Order: sequence, then structure tokens, then C-alpha cells
Amino acid sequence: MKPQPLILKILNWVSGILLVIATYLAIIWAPTEAVMGDVQRVFYFHVATGWVGMIGFLLAVFSGIMYLIKSDLKWDTIGLAGIEIGLIFSFINIVTGSIWARPIWNTWWTWDPRLVTATIMELVYLAYLMLRQGIDDPIRRARFGAIYAILGFVSVPFSFLSIRIWRTIHPVVVGSGDPGAEGTFDMTPDMQTAFFFSLFTFTVFGITLLWHRIRIGQLQDKVEQKKLELMS
Amino acid sequence: MPKQPSLTSFWKAMWAVVWKDLSAERRSREIFSVMVVFSLLVVIISNFALDLNPKTQREITAGMLWITFTFAGTLGLNRSMAIEKENNCLDGLLLSPVDRTAILFGKVIGNLLFIFMVEIIVLPLFSIFNNINLLNAGLLITLVLGSIGYVVVGTFLSTITVQTRTGNILLPILQFPIILPVIISAVRASTFFLQNQPMELIWPNLNLMIAFDLIYIALGVIFFDYLVEE
Repeated sequence: MKPQPLILKILNWVSGILLVIATYLAIIWAPTEAVMGDVQRVFYFHVATGWVGMIGFLLAVFSGIMYLIKSDLKWDTIGLAGIEIGLIFSFINIVTGSIWARPIWNTWWTWDPRLVTATIMELVYLAYLMLRQGIDDPIRRARFGAIYAILGFVSVPFSFLSIRIWRTIHPVVVGSGDPGAEGTFDMTPDMQTAFFFSLFTFTVFGITLLWHRIRIGQLQDKVEQKKLELMS
Repeated sequence: MPKQPSLTSFWKAMWAVVWKDLSAERRSREIFSVMVVFSLLVVIISNFALDLNPKTQREITAGMLWITFTFAGTLGLNRSMAIEKENNCLDGLLLSPVDRTAILFGKVIGNLLFIFMVEIIVLPLFSIFNNINLLNAGLLITLVLGSIGYVVVGTFLSTITVQTRTGNILLPILQFPIILPVIISAVRASTFFLQNQPMELIWPNLNLMIAFDLIYIALGVIFFDYLVEE
């Protein structure tokens, strides 16, 4: 395996330091929200992880399209990395949301469009991983994976809309607020600082992890090639 | 690539695939009978598992119907594609000099016909078992729209799963998260139709199903070539 490039080494340290600062900002520095109390602090990581998760899935869809056009296995490696990162961060997003919802909505879970959409996206891409496990030929695996990544993603807005037609109580803190939402609040400037810093931190952290995952993917491809050479 | 196909050759190829599936089914009666019996078993099991009072039962009828068709449908889809895989029939189909899309549509229409036949038999039985009149025009339209989305995605994905090592068991795992919006809207629309709710409540659900059906038909056409190319 090639040694880590300098930028990646720097990114490792930068994301570590940023994570420490972001944690400090979110847990100690940001003011306590008047109504919800300390549990609101989960919001800083909740939104940031959701954002990185979404970027991971979007990257996978983009890589899927690129793979189908170019037939270059490089895109398959990137797509898989995007999905694994997306799965992990979306999972953290769902769990942190649940922790927040227990005191605020008085339940761990509710069948709100955003909650269900996030979960169904998680299930789509878990299915993607299972699909890949069942295919040995790397080219076919890449092709089917790319198609499924795209098909699965197209269904996500439909899921959201179909439940939206029912109702929603999930708060929209950034952007316009829905009067029916429960647990919404206005951010003070300090909260905004902590929020945007956390968003930035997790973006950098996500990119770093993605880079590492792509490098592992390249190594896996090499191992697979050597195996094929040995067998032939 | 096959030669530039004309519209008539497209129709001919498509109906040939449909006809092939129907006559194979007429002789073996494998898919249809399994789906119908399975549907009835789901109806009976859910009746005892839920043990509802008549009022609640009326409210969740649409949900029970869609659960039944969703699960029974998987059996049919799996079998329909597994038949193609046996004796390399799929390769034979793909080698024939016709537009690949015609093959996809042929399989989709064949599967749709199977699921419609199952629905036609299960609906009256369901009405009798649960003492509720399900012969409602709106419900039938919802069944058609929902089944189209279900079958288009299912047929397409069964072409993928049949080529994997894990095979059939993977199909519901891949299909259900994608067709969730269709099921949600279909259950909603069916419930509203059965309760005689105003159309303005029902339309959003129907529209969503129509949009879903059209988009996934288009995606099927775009991607089917990638799916079967060697």
C-alpha cells in the first residue's frame, strides 16, 4: 500500500483537533437552550452527521452514474466508500435524534416523514451491501451496485412525500419553521457558531474517513486481482 | 446491439414473451396457485394474529390487503425469473434479435397479469371472510396503480437477484425499501376509497403512485440494457 499522502496526514490531525473543539463548543461553550435544556446540545452533532450521511449517499449516486458511463472500477470503489460512510453517519444521525426525541416528543420514535425517510435510506443501502456480497464477478458487482444505488435513491423523495401527505412534527430549525413542529427553537449567535463549526468539522472528518475508505477499497481491489491471477 | 427495431417488431416481441409466460403457467400452474394459496394463508394468519373487533378490522382492511399482495407478489416475481434462469432461458431470450426493452416489458406484463389474477380471486374471498364489500371501483384503480409500481420494480430487481449467489432471498430486501412509497400511498388511497372520503384527500396519493410508476418504468428502460449485458 502506498504511504498516506501529506494532505491526508494533515487531514487526520486537523479532523482530530476539530472534533475536540466542536465537542467543546457543543457541550460546554454553547448556551443551554431555555426550554429543552441540555438535551438540545445533541442537535449540533445530529444535523452535522445527517449532512455527512447525505453527502455520502449523494456521492454514491454520482459515482454510480459515472461508473455506468465510464465503466471504470475506480468509480465503484468511490461509490462503495460513499455508501459505507453514509450508512455510519446516518445511523449516528438517527440515534442522536432518538435520544433527543425521548424527552422532547416524549417518545423514542415516531413515524414522521424525516425519521422514516432516513431509516428507509439506511435500509436501501444496507440492501446494497448485501447485494454486493452475493456477486463474485467485480464488474457485474460494480454494475448492479451502481444501478441499485441510483434506483434506491430515486425512491427516497417519494417515501418522504408519501408520508408528508399524512403529517409531520419534525422541527425545521434552519430555514423556515413549520408552526405545527414540536421542539423547534431559535438559535442565538453562540449556538449558530457551535452549529456551523460542528457542520464544518464533520464535513472535514467525513472527507478524511472517505479518503481512507477509498484507499482500503483500492487495496481490496488489488488483493482480488492477485487472487484471480493466482487461480488462473 | 440488435438491429434498429420497428414498433411492430417491438410489440410482437413483447407479446411473445407475455404469451410464453402465460402458456408456461397454463401448463405448470406453479406461480399462480402458489400465490393464491399463500395469499389466503396470510389472510387467515393475520386474522388470528390480530384478533380484531369488527370495527377495527374494517379500518385496517386496506392494510391487510396490501400486506397480503406484497408478500404473495414476491413469491411470483422470484419464481417467474427463476424459470428464466433454469436451462439458461434468459440467455436464449437475450440472444434473440429483438429490443431488450421488449423483453423487460414482456416480463413486466406477464407478472402484472399474474398478480391481477391473484387479486381478482383474493378480493372476493377477503370480502366474504371479513364481511366487507371490497368491490369498489376506486379500490380497483388503486390496486392497478399500486401493482404496476410493485411489479415494475420487482421484475427489474429480480433480474438482478437471479444473477447473484444469494439468489431469491435477496429480492424482498432490495425491493421493499424502494416500493415503500407505493405501499404507503396505496394503503392510504384504498382506505379512503373504502370509507367514501372526498376525492381531494385521495388524489395526492394517486398522483404519487402515477408519478412513481412512470419514473420507474423510465428507469427500467434506461437501465435494463446494463443489467443483462455480458
